[in-house]
Amino acid sequence: MPIEVRDLTHIYNKGSASESVALSGVSLRIEDGEFVGLIGPTGSGKSTLIQHLNGLLKPTSGHVLVDGRDIWEKGGSLRWLRQKVGLVFQYAEQQVFEETVRQDIAFGPRNLGLSEREVEARVKAAAAMVGLPADLLQRSPFELSGGQLRRVAIAGVVSMQPQVLVLDEPAAGLDPKGRDEVLSHVQDMHESGMTVILVSHNMEDVARLCERLLVLNQGQIVANGTPREVFSRADFISEVGLRAPDVVALMEKLRERGWPVRTDVVSVEEAFAEIARELGQAKGARASP
Amino acid sequence: MMSSGVLMGQYYPAESPVHSMDPRAKIAIAVLFMVVLFVGNNFYAFVVMGAFAFLAAVMSRVPAGLLLRGLRPIVFVMIFTMALHLFLTPGPAIFKVGPITATWSGLVQGLFIGVRLVILIMFTSLLTLTTSPIELTDGLEDILKPFTRIGVPAHELAMMMTIALRFIPTLLEEAERIMKAQMARGADFESGNMMRRAKSLVPLLVPLFVSAFRRADDLAMAMEARCYRGGEGRTRMRQFRLHARDFLAFALIALVTAGVIAVRVRFGPVIPRGL
Amino acid sequence: MAEETGTIETRALVHRYEVGEEERVTALAGVDVKVSRGEFLAIIGPNGSGKSTLAKHLNVLLLPDSGDVFVFGMNTREGKYIWDIRRSAGMVFQNPDNQIVATVVEEDVAFGPENLGVPPAEIRSRVDESLDSVGMLPLRRRAPHLLSGGQKQRVAIAGVLAMRPKCIILDEPTAMLDPRGREEVMRTVLELNRKHGITIVYITHYMDEALYADRVMVMDAGKVIMQGTPKEVFKNKDKLQSLGLDVPPLGKLSGMLAGAGYGVAPDALSVQELVEELCRLKSGT
Repeated sequence: MPIEVRDLTHIYNKGSASESVALSGVSLRIEDGEFVGLIGPTGSGKSTLIQHLNGLLKPTSGHVLVDGRDIWEKGGSLRWLRQKVGLVFQYAEQQVFEETVRQDIAFGPRNLGLSEREVEARVKAAAAMVGLPADLLQRSPFELSGGQLRRVAIAGVVSMQPQVLVLDEPAAGLDPKGRDEVLSHVQDMHESGMTVILVSHNMEDVARLCERLLVLNQGQIVANGTPREVFSRADFISEVGLRAPDVVALMEKLRERGWPVRTDVVSVEEAFAEIARELGQAKGARASP
Repeated sequence: MMSSGVLMGQYYPAESPVHSMDPRAKIAIAVLFMVVLFVGNNFYAFVVMGAFAFLAAVMSRVPAGLLLRGLRPIVFVMIFTMALHLFLTPGPAIFKVGPITATWSGLVQGLFIGVRLVILIMFTSLLTLTTSPIELTDGLEDILKPFTRIGVPAHELAMMMTIALRFIPTLLEEAERIMKAQMARGADFESGNMMRRAKSLVPLLVPLFVSAFRRADDLAMAMEARCYRGGEGRTRMRQFRLHARDFLAFALIALVTAGVIAVRVRFGPVIPRGL
Repeated sequence: MAEETGTIETRALVHRYEVGEEERVTALAGVDVKVSRGEFLAIIGPNGSGKSTLAKHLNVLLLPDSGDVFVFGMNTREGKYIWDIRRSAGMVFQNPDNQIVATVVEEDVAFGPENLGVPPAEIRSRVDESLDSVGMLPLRRRAPHLLSGGQKQRVAIAGVLAMRPKCIILDEPTAMLDPRGREEVMRTVLELNRKHGITIVYITHYMDEALYADRVMVMDAGKVIMQGTPKEVFKNKDKLQSLGLDVPPLGKLSGMLAGAGYGVAPDALSVQELVEELCRLKSGT
């Protein structure tokens, strides 16, 4: 179920004194099963863009096509779209409201009109998918820790069994352990077949997890490529106001000092391999008579 | 997105004699004027009060549209009330519609009520449009302070108002976010009868309340960490001083009040000659 | 032993609280900390390690179950000192929104001095000074909801500064901020410490922020399990990772290189350092 955005423009408060252009002529395409990262400085339009993907916002001009259909063409409610494209907002735990964890995760499937049996099955599956132990299901959400509550909220979207999952900084505000857990579950979801769009400020995470990166700046897509391709363009990255992963910065600096190393590394391991190789060769060069 | 600066108590920043008046004077004058509005019961009184209100409006440099915006929600109520007076007041008739009669006295009473409402709304808007929220809360606190000895919690009321005004835009933004998050889960806030729609608000209101309580907890801790211990011994950075323009305004309202009372006593309820 | 008036100290600090009806959790199990005047101390640890609880003892938001806390010579148990302690050890919290009380930036910064009964004219100058120190003077008439997270936290810091504290305690001040906001706050805090000599106690779970501190303390399960300079602490990568803490990527890299036998200092943590180390190695010096 590919998602396509054609020439999308979104203007807030059009015609008033506080008019602002959030998105300007954005075009992109997300294929089935991709793991795409959406990055860009604050205010670049990321949250506006993702709200167009599930029809929460209507374009000022341009089109949003899901499976080839323009979602705004027919008019009427877009609830069908919200099942197919699940959106997890930042600090998603704010949306939790039911008396028990089970009830809250069930909210989405119930809104879809499913039978109680189907709802229960989905709740269990979603909880498992985010690593929530079954005994938490009957607890009150407000007894849980921040990290657990975050996962309850994510499960609440996953329980709708969307084909595309959009997550806005799912690890925001969590401690390192919490972050690792959430992101590894997101990876699991991707591996189980979901298309994943991850909005994040953490360059290390997107470099490691995403197959493709979309860089947004001032309401426009300014880059579209693999993490390697995107992060190795050092000047461009800093112009946009982003920071490349530390290991990339390191390789850049080494290159400046004359080291013949690749700068398109995406992980500590790759950087290690490059440096080790170079040091090994240098050692060899010195050792030979 | 939704909340720009305009939302804050509708304050309209500008340079004008009214804007720079001491807020305590403005509040006191506004309250007095409201009372006078209901004391005035004849044509001459309304001319005087109307002139005063008009003068204040002009001097405030606030666009007329903004001043009258407050009338929009009550237009129908106003017309309805005026119509009631028109048809239900006994007196010489103007015309008949079936069994009900429109009378001249009714017309006059209706007009008086109408004009009163317009001036009332406009003057209240004038107050909030020319006085920033802090000036309003600080001004009110000062005015109520003498009454603390009879148990009026002046400081606490002002503090509550300030915090409420501070958080309104924040809570509105949060409400919007929560609504969107629930819509993303298939929630429907729009369709169905009243019962259904009321129920659909639960996923919006519960998280909002939970969050509000958490904010309150956090805020209380932060306030204590900054040595807040109630109004005792507190000073305030913003101090008000009465200036010549405030005394002038007092003089004007005193004149208006005297005039209205005098006219009422001397002439009684007066309607223009010829009717 | 006379309590030094320049330091903050805890001695065998224990704090327990109740969870539900029967369970008692020990948040702090005998903690000894000493913060010297003008020091920048970073406290790191996984969630539940007690770092926030510890912070709240330093400005009497919490009282010890046993043990003592001395803030600049004043024992927190003595009620008469509570306001002096809170004035000299100000605290900035995690949520940028839930610290701002007033409808306008400068009014919020004035809140602290107003509570202390400072004369109005002096409040005015303190407010301007504090806002200037955090770089927010141009925005002094702005409404708080129009500020970014980083700006809000700077306003919160200014609000504490206006009380002329000797120490500022920051409890995960950047946890809810974007990278730019984190940078703003970090820069402000460092300047306050280095230029103005204000003691800083900085709680964070971002390891790259702890790098800037003079000393790092690692907590786990209510105890201090490690402390030292950032370099010393981050050398123990395995231990840190087992606690669920992070080692900055470059730290991991230098660790890997050292482990593989290359003579790289395993505690090199910045790009600059690592580049120097590697170039040194390559040229064989």
